[in-house]
Amino acid sequence: MMADILSNEGKQLLLGNEAITRGLIEAGVGFASTYPGTPSSEIGNNLEALADKAGMYFEFSVNEKVALEVSAAAAASGVRSFVFMKHVGLNVAADPMMTLAYSGVRGGMLILTADDPSAHSSQNEQDNRYFSQLGLLPMMEPSTPAEAKEMIRYAYEVSEKLTLPLIFRTTTRVNHARGIVTMREPVGMVPRGRFEKDTPRFVNIPAHARPNRVRLLALMEEAKAVSESSPYNFIEGSGETGIITSGVAYTYVKEFVSGASVLKLGFTNPLPERKIADFIRGKKRIIVVEELDPFLEDQVLRVCAQNGLDVPVFGKRSGHLPRAWEYNPDVIGRLSSVADVMEHPVPLAPADILLPGRPPALCAGCPHRGMYAATKKAVGGRDVIYCSDIGCYTLGIQAPFNAADYIICMGGGAGAAGGFSETTDQKPIAFLGDSTFFHSGIPPLISAKFNGHRIVMVILDNRTTAMTGHQPNPGTGRDFGGRKTEPLDIEAVVRGIGVDYLETVDPYDVKRSAEVMKAALECDGIAVVISKCPCPLELKKLKQLEAKHCRVDQSKCVRCYTCLRMIACPALVKEDGRVSVDETQCMGCGMCANVCPKRAIEVIR
Amino acid sequence: MKYTVQIVGVGGQGVLMASLVLGNAAMKAGYRVAMSEVHGMAQRGGSVLSTLRMGDDVASPLEAAGGADLIMGFEPVETCRNLPLANRDTGIIMNLDPVYPSMVAAGFEEYPEVDDVIASVRRRTSNLMTIEATNIALRAGSAVAANAVMIGAVAAIRGFPLSKELLKETLLETVPGKAVDLNSSAFDMGYEDMMSKN
Repeated sequence: MMADILSNEGKQLLLGNEAITRGLIEAGVGFASTYPGTPSSEIGNNLEALADKAGMYFEFSVNEKVALEVSAAAAASGVRSFVFMKHVGLNVAADPMMTLAYSGVRGGMLILTADDPSAHSSQNEQDNRYFSQLGLLPMMEPSTPAEAKEMIRYAYEVSEKLTLPLIFRTTTRVNHARGIVTMREPVGMVPRGRFEKDTPRFVNIPAHARPNRVRLLALMEEAKAVSESSPYNFIEGSGETGIITSGVAYTYVKEFVSGASVLKLGFTNPLPERKIADFIRGKKRIIVVEELDPFLEDQVLRVCAQNGLDVPVFGKRSGHLPRAWEYNPDVIGRLSSVADVMEHPVPLAPADILLPGRPPALCAGCPHRGMYAATKKAVGGRDVIYCSDIGCYTLGIQAPFNAADYIICMGGGAGAAGGFSETTDQKPIAFLGDSTFFHSGIPPLISAKFNGHRIVMVILDNRTTAMTGHQPNPGTGRDFGGRKTEPLDIEAVVRGIGVDYLETVDPYDVKRSAEVMKAALECDGIAVVISKCPCPLELKKLKQLEAKHCRVDQSKCVRCYTCLRMIACPALVKEDGRVSVDETQCMGCGMCANVCPKRAIEVIR
Repeated sequence: MKYTVQIVGVGGQGVLMASLVLGNAAMKAGYRVAMSEVHGMAQRGGSVLSTLRMGDDVASPLEAAGGADLIMGFEPVETCRNLPLANRDTGIIMNLDPVYPSMVAAGFEEYPEVDDVIASVRRRTSNLMTIEATNIALRAGSAVAANAVMIGAVAAIRGFPLSKELLKETLLETVPGKAVDLNSSAFDMGYEDMMSKN
């Protein structure tokens, strides 16, 4: 009973990201692009598998900025396009987006931003709804997988009516919720178009940008009228208490608050201000329930002020609801002094025994373990700064490596390394993955070369974009959707830039990797070490993983625990002082055997 | 009618697959379904939680603390860690086969004795039912069928709103063709085991 996203009929229990994928097919989207990022990643995996079957072009672009640009061109040519990314990805894509608003589109275009309240898989919990006001773009927010699918078709109609791209804002609990979705017949798709030139519109030199700004403001006035009459802004129930809500928070209100009238907003920029004012008029109190920042709430307060409505407004500004972390039924309970909130049974107390933590960790046989072990060995007592990055290697923060001192954003570690090299006597070591290198790791390397920084860059090339679910990247080449491209050679790219030290190592050979890292650390310029080894999980998926495992010869093991201290692979188990290998987890990579001083571990094929 | 199952375990144990089977069975039974899953970073060996809510009128993909009707615990420590999802009437099924966190395997942290975990849960509730799902799955043919054992065990829980036949049928539609026999026996063995304790 796996999802059949291509089916045109029946009901299915779909993940939000599957429902969104289905929504694209039903809306006749002809072009889609992304850079993978949780919680939006599964849309890309779905499209990789079936976009061509649906007659749609899909690509993993090198980063979100390029992804937005290719989709913008498709829409300018009259093809409905869809670009999607995680919330922080929109920071990268913000540059083209802000001016694209001035030019607009011909075919409909949706820009999906998947926000991550509670930062389940992210470095911050920014509220991207503000981008819609900053960029002057219409925005819609679904509450459930089923609504997301239906809303996509409508959103394309709105985008085409207004000739503007539309921000489609989801959150983790929509992308990773699952619900019942009814499949519908797709509308006809236009897979190819023609770019009709219109220089004043598509070339924003200052002389054109000035009138385009005025045109954009007028379009957003039109958007207000669309929002006022949108079926996705609707009222349910009745009562003296009025609740204004959007996104997944609506489902918590719907189920756990009674006796109130609810204005559910799906079209959230521009807001239907008349509808809101009419809703508030006559109510005893208004409560605004939304995750993260008071985006709706502050506008509701303004609507009250402008319409002379003297009604108390409760929410974040009143201190009733939090501004941090995602909401859930318990958070809704904080409204009990101002609304009729359902009471829940008393939870059991937490357990009274000490439980070991279970943070995410680098997998068994992960080649990054070898490179981190080698780096730690080479560094020894040196004063270094581990500038890490976004990807699996972020998990290098865990013991025994503790190799993350500074992380900001994609490619940010390499940039920071240059700053540290100029202002401290500590040696910066920047770790980043293959996909991250292509995404935004090349400019900081070129900048380091240009400005004469002294840094070590370690490119952890595991031949895939692993953390987000093993998407291809320029280093692997593309082989889906009926199109095959050549892999790009990272070493050749780095050599082309011209660094002072360059070496590629097999991280499973920890000893040699440590020697190379030592030489890199001694280099008084730019040293780049490429740690090249495919992710074993990806090999397993592709059924290319050789069946082998490690075994500890107990007669040779002297219980020095070097393997545990250096690699700490989850497949190594220490029980009653004895180290053994959990064969169900072991990938047979032999990293542990490589570091064993007594050669007590062997790889069995 | 509203019924919430909280499925807890470790990434890779089949928590997502089990929740998909229960969710699809609930949809076939004509209920509304709202679920929430963990994808992404936490799947790298971390704790995972799937919430499944079914009934005549469910909307929220999350449940309140204490709101679970049933906890399906794939792993002892994870079950114990999530006790506050339950209330005094919540049924708790706990698989007794541990998955050691990497820091425990490497000897940096201690994993409690499973008997101590059981005792700790029993100090909070009298509704604990234990099962050796991995061992039963091994007897059925392979440890990978532990989630089928767990689904079979759920079918034996008094008051569970979905029938044994529906659950089994949905499970066998979900697994790959060559694994149907294995999952069928694993489901039955999980069901029998839980019936004898229920």
